[in-house]
Amino acid sequence: MSFDMDMSEFHAVFFEEAAEHLASLESLMLGLDVGSPDHETLNAIFRAAHSIKGSASTFGFPDMAAVTHELETLLDRVRKNELPLTDEIVDATLVARDVLLMQLAAHQGGEAVAQSDVDQLCARLRELAAAESAVAGIAAPVAVEAPAEVPEATREAVIAASTEAGLAVALTTAPDAVKAAPAAPATPAGTTSGAKNVAGNESIRVSVERVDQLINLVGELVITQSMLAQTAQVDLLENEQMYERLQQLERNTRELQEAVMSIRMLPVSAVFNRFPRLVRDLAGKLGKQIELKTFGEATELDRGVIEKITDPLTHLVRNSVDHGIEMPDERAATGKPAKGVVSLLAFHQGGSVVIQIQDDGKGLDRDKLLAKARERGIPLGENPTDHEVWNLIFAPGFSTAAAVTDVSGRGVGMDVVRRNIEQLGGRVELSSVAGQGTTTTIRLPLTLAIMDGMSVGIGDQTYIVPLTAIIESLRPLAADVRSIAGQDRLVHVRGEYLPLVALHEVFGLQPRTTRPEEGLLIIVDTEAGRAALFVDEMLGQRQVVIKSLESNYHKVPGISAATIMGDGSVSMILDVSEAVRLGRRKPHLAIAV
Amino acid sequence: MEIMLSRDNNAPGRGFEFLTFTLGQEEYGIDILKVQEIRGYERVTRIVNAPDFIKGVINLRGTIVPIIDLRLKFKLGSAEYTPFTVVIILNLHERVVGAVVDSVSDVIQLSPDEISEAPPISADLDTTNIRGLATLNERMVILMDIEGLMNSPEMALLAEAAA
Repeated sequence: MSFDMDMSEFHAVFFEEAAEHLASLESLMLGLDVGSPDHETLNAIFRAAHSIKGSASTFGFPDMAAVTHELETLLDRVRKNELPLTDEIVDATLVARDVLLMQLAAHQGGEAVAQSDVDQLCARLRELAAAESAVAGIAAPVAVEAPAEVPEATREAVIAASTEAGLAVALTTAPDAVKAAPAAPATPAGTTSGAKNVAGNESIRVSVERVDQLINLVGELVITQSMLAQTAQVDLLENEQMYERLQQLERNTRELQEAVMSIRMLPVSAVFNRFPRLVRDLAGKLGKQIELKTFGEATELDRGVIEKITDPLTHLVRNSVDHGIEMPDERAATGKPAKGVVSLLAFHQGGSVVIQIQDDGKGLDRDKLLAKARERGIPLGENPTDHEVWNLIFAPGFSTAAAVTDVSGRGVGMDVVRRNIEQLGGRVELSSVAGQGTTTTIRLPLTLAIMDGMSVGIGDQTYIVPLTAIIESLRPLAADVRSIAGQDRLVHVRGEYLPLVALHEVFGLQPRTTRPEEGLLIIVDTEAGRAALFVDEMLGQRQVVIKSLESNYHKVPGISAATIMGDGSVSMILDVSEAVRLGRRKPHLAIAV
Repeated sequence: MEIMLSRDNNAPGRGFEFLTFTLGQEEYGIDILKVQEIRGYERVTRIVNAPDFIKGVINLRGTIVPIIDLRLKFKLGSAEYTPFTVVIILNLHERVVGAVVDSVSDVIQLSPDEISEAPPISADLDTTNIRGLATLNERMVILMDIEGLMNSPEMALLAEAAA
């Protein structure tokens, strides 16, 4: 009776592990240099296939076992140098990985895989495996010949690592040697092969739900701690010991909170890893030669951000491959190397994480964009700056692709990309130099769970305005506030007329003052344009934990979420763009409520 | 101020357990399995442009929970907030909601044959959300389908009802 339940638990583990093996199989295969494959990598690929085969037959998934069996046979011959590695083998392995992934999905309740596809793949794998090992030269071990530029230590490590495994590796270029070296940089060569396995065993699988529960509880602890500190404040002078211990509690709670938050962080490689395959497939389809370079994959981002950034990034990479990089002959004609480069970079800057997508393609065509803007009737200034012109790309339905291709150019995209990124509290920018390429820069918050905000008071209520939206705050002179048609109010700030949005009107609150010159204006920059938010007072800047209002209630217009203040009470976080739009649309309606 | 209720009841054959509470002069009962805990009323944060019976939200150990005053909703009793005002925290299918009532009375056990069908009672209370009536020591207890009630559009708790 309990056997069934246990099996389903094992199944879940199998699904996860198989998916991981497939992912590593793919990334390893794509990292291989077909001309001179790294032997250790070939072994790792073989082992991945072997592990899937083993557990698939153990847990009763004969279809997957059958496919991996054929794959394993082929890979075994390759790793034993009985067969030279060819592009065909790489392709077939990647197809096998796709089929296996589909089979895996089918077992998890997905759509069944067409048997004809499976048969075709197995036949292809058998055919490749059966090929005569005509290339005897490859079968003989090639002596290690590390180039002179490789540092001595690295070279030794590489040699040690490879001989330790009882293998000889052919190294022809310096980058390859360096790539192999990280396996044993500083550690004695003898521990190389063991180190990887140990690292694998040092992590545990925990469901996201449990981590989030932990984060919630720690958040509560932080609030309890600050309430305790507030309550104890009266005794501080008399009781120094109490003060010290409360201080210690505060430090410990903060550290605990940081440690718990870091559990949710994932390296961006979690997204970047999918792109080598994407670029390879797209380039193959388009007949282009493209190399993908990635930098800063270890940069960490909140899991939630990672999940939501995947689609926009995929779109941008596709764009670079499809529109950015030219065809090889076109590149040759302009004196560029036939092989284009698309780079993905991730790094920290200030309090945010920056992800850049660069290509060395033809860049954006200013004239073409301007012509398209005229055609679409998008208003533009007399002499638009480059920045303004590049921003046209983010307008809905804007596409400059000469022809709609299978890959991109349908004109649904960049506006969605921008919206998705802005929903994450991020920003996206483009820069481009004709003939030299385009760079897209995405700035993202470190985490979705915490935000810097300014708390403002309106009547007896406290609201949080996201700091990213705020430009400045000021108390206007009565003379600077003008009205149009006796209703809409404008405020004159630094030579600019900004719409005045009274938050108490938007939210139907009883304010302490209705005269802007007695309150405070917060100048905000939103997608709906700049505006001045009129509030009673500013209470101070603070980091707030974002809590969903929608999990137990529903979306409230003008409010993006809620947060818990130091005293345990709840405050609403303003959705600035929406509040500005609401304020403009019905400046007097809210008063009636 | 907090009473945690044990959740492992409803033993088969012994009928259902209900938590009873009063709203004005009337006594109501709800399925005890839907009750997460009972708390005292504390300061709420107002939600903008919400109906008056939605008092606002509170922080329940890190979760934002909307609070509904059933007395205002059904126009029963006076909506005063004293140290004895009680909030029943309900756990309704992935949704946590607090309901303000005058007082919590008892936990009662009823077998199915003790529950009679409800005639149409009041205009403010849709009878589709009444599971039945029961008599307890000469008192009438209205058994409420609290989940159905909270999910009904008139409670304005769901997104569809907001517009």
